[in-house]
Amino acid sequence: MKGSALATTSTVSVRTSEPPRLQPLSRLREIAGDREILANLVRKEVKVKYKSSVLGAAWSMLNPILYLAVFSLVFTVVLKNGVPHFPIYLLSGLLAWNLFATSLALGARSVVDNANLVTKVYFPREILPFASVGAAGVDFVLQAIVLLIFLAAFRYDFIGLNVLLLPLSLVALLAFTSALTLWVASLNVRYRDTQHLLNLALLTWFWVTPVVYPSAAAYDALGHHAGYFKYLYLANPMTAIVMGFQRALYRTVSPLHLVGGRPVAVPVLAPVSVGWLAILLGAVTAGSIGLLVLAWRTFFHLSGDFAEEL
Amino acid sequence: MTSAIAVEGVGKRFRIYKDRPTTLKERAVRFRMNARDFWALRDVSLEVPEGTTLGLIGPNGSGKTTLLKIVAGILRPSEGRVVTRGRIASLLALGAGFHPELTGRENVYLNASILGLTRQETDRLFGDIVGFAELEDFIDTQVKFYSSGMYVRLGFAVAVHVDPAILLVDEVLAVGDEGFQRKCLDRVRQFQSEGRTIVFVTHAVHQVLEVCQSAVLLRQGAVQARGDPHEVVRAFRLIMLEKDLAYAWDRGSKEIEIVSAEIFRSDGSTPDHFLPGDEVVIQMDLKANAVVEDPVVSFALHDQHNQFVFGTNTDWRGVRWPRFEGKHRVQFVMQSLPLVDGRYFVTLGVHSRDSSRVYHVQEQQYSFRVAPGEDNPGPVYVSVRARSERL
Repeated sequence: MKGSALATTSTVSVRTSEPPRLQPLSRLREIAGDREILANLVRKEVKVKYKSSVLGAAWSMLNPILYLAVFSLVFTVVLKNGVPHFPIYLLSGLLAWNLFATSLALGARSVVDNANLVTKVYFPREILPFASVGAAGVDFVLQAIVLLIFLAAFRYDFIGLNVLLLPLSLVALLAFTSALTLWVASLNVRYRDTQHLLNLALLTWFWVTPVVYPSAAAYDALGHHAGYFKYLYLANPMTAIVMGFQRALYRTVSPLHLVGGRPVAVPVLAPVSVGWLAILLGAVTAGSIGLLVLAWRTFFHLSGDFAEEL
Repeated sequence: MTSAIAVEGVGKRFRIYKDRPTTLKERAVRFRMNARDFWALRDVSLEVPEGTTLGLIGPNGSGKTTLLKIVAGILRPSEGRVVTRGRIASLLALGAGFHPELTGRENVYLNASILGLTRQETDRLFGDIVGFAELEDFIDTQVKFYSSGMYVRLGFAVAVHVDPAILLVDEVLAVGDEGFQRKCLDRVRQFQSEGRTIVFVTHAVHQVLEVCQSAVLLRQGAVQARGDPHEVVRAFRLIMLEKDLAYAWDRGSKEIEIVSAEIFRSDGSTPDHFLPGDEVVIQMDLKANAVVEDPVVSFALHDQHNQFVFGTNTDWRGVRWPRFEGKHRVQFVMQSLPLVDGRYFVTLGVHSRDSSRVYHVQEQQYSFRVAPGEDNPGPVYVSVRARSERL
């Protein structure tokens, strides 16, 4: 034991009153070194979430199924909008949305709820919001399984160039989600109503993002108005990301639907090319990474005082 | 010798806000904030050489925990800097960061990873940790059902198994039964022999005397005394006396209570200094809260190096109470004070004849000063009459 105690003496740390400047790469290396903490916190997050529930992790899979049941009822029976293979359309967008919304909801509370850790031990504080994203990632995987089951059940053909949009959308989603999660986590330490305002914001955000309704409809409706409405709509990064997921997994822009025995093309996805969408997603990814660095810098700057604020 | 911890001119300012907005809603409607600064630490410098143990003592609110948190990296100093060498394990107050909803086992893994252990290392040490904490039967229980003693035991067990170069311990050894405290102190000694650095915040000053090579006394955020533990503990006791606090060295079943005590010259005066050879009275007013058979009242004197000087009791001096009830005033009259130059600390006690029952003990709560014996050098004052006759 003695040998290792002496071996660690080489790690010298200096702390001053100056908040240290964030060096993203070396900080990433530090966090990579602490990945055990991250893994344990993600595990903790998931365990605590399901600790007192009978269904356990099945809740995560039930969530999209319930959405599916409700929205299928509303759209195919009441509103009769008739999106063919509606479950696949809904679930592919919802998959992205849920990762985003769950990360933010968990992330907002991540520092505050772990006050007993923050005030008692030192570790890189970013790990807390990142663990929220990780816990939402676990849900993401479970919900992806639900989607895969539907894809298999319909023997749905989605393979094509469009699948390449999936990794791109995922990177954009993770960068954008992490950025906002870091931001709300640090804001909520000071202003505790952030988490409540966040719920309202997420509700609004959900409906300006084409998760439930066909993006073609929004595209079409906004196209009739002055052009900048459409660009405003597209300026929502979640729109681009959700459209990326939908294009990757639902694939067909205007699938044929049999109406009275005649096939009719139903506009579902926004009528844009895969290449155009890829460029849009590339821009969102670049912007999100920039935002992530900014949000991280803010979080890093504020995190030195978290222990005082709690 | 290199220092494991170097604290250089560290200050910590807390801003105390009056009606600080805690919600965005309030923030939006109010712009001005009344804030006042409070310096919990100011210009604190100290060094802990590698492999030594430092005791940090001070009255409540003197900044001990704040300083420990700054060294641990939990708080950021407002001025100055802290340099540490090697992995730090900190054990601050209760729980050391457990999550109530998780079981003891899950918390051990979480805590160990925060303190820098890998999963494999934790697997290997897990049995030892649980054994040390004596929690084999409860390790799969959620820690929200733990008692505070169980919390601390588990926290301490993890902290001492993670192989830190620096161990920071705050007030935790006060919890837990005597057997566990012993075990912790043994572990601390083992750490010392392995050449690790320890900083120890405690109220139990006897632990400082027992374990630490040096000590620092903090008072109102500043270093008041440092160096030899005996000196520092002495200074600490002086502070506690000045503050006239009934301090932690007050124990007993209180079946007989020491209501008040006074030390004065037999002419009734209480001078700044007594003179060697003065007749000095130690007077105690006692009150029985129950009828007690055959109690003994005693006093003891310690000098400023915590050396026992003298002690006696009513039994040896021929005062007895077969049945003690009601109120009594007890006086010990030292007919010729044999002490010189210094401060003396008085311990008062009421206990059963065989000392198996302690009714009330006030340990070194009172003190008096004796002036130097000007023309009489030496460690004691002997009442000497000089005479001469012509032969």
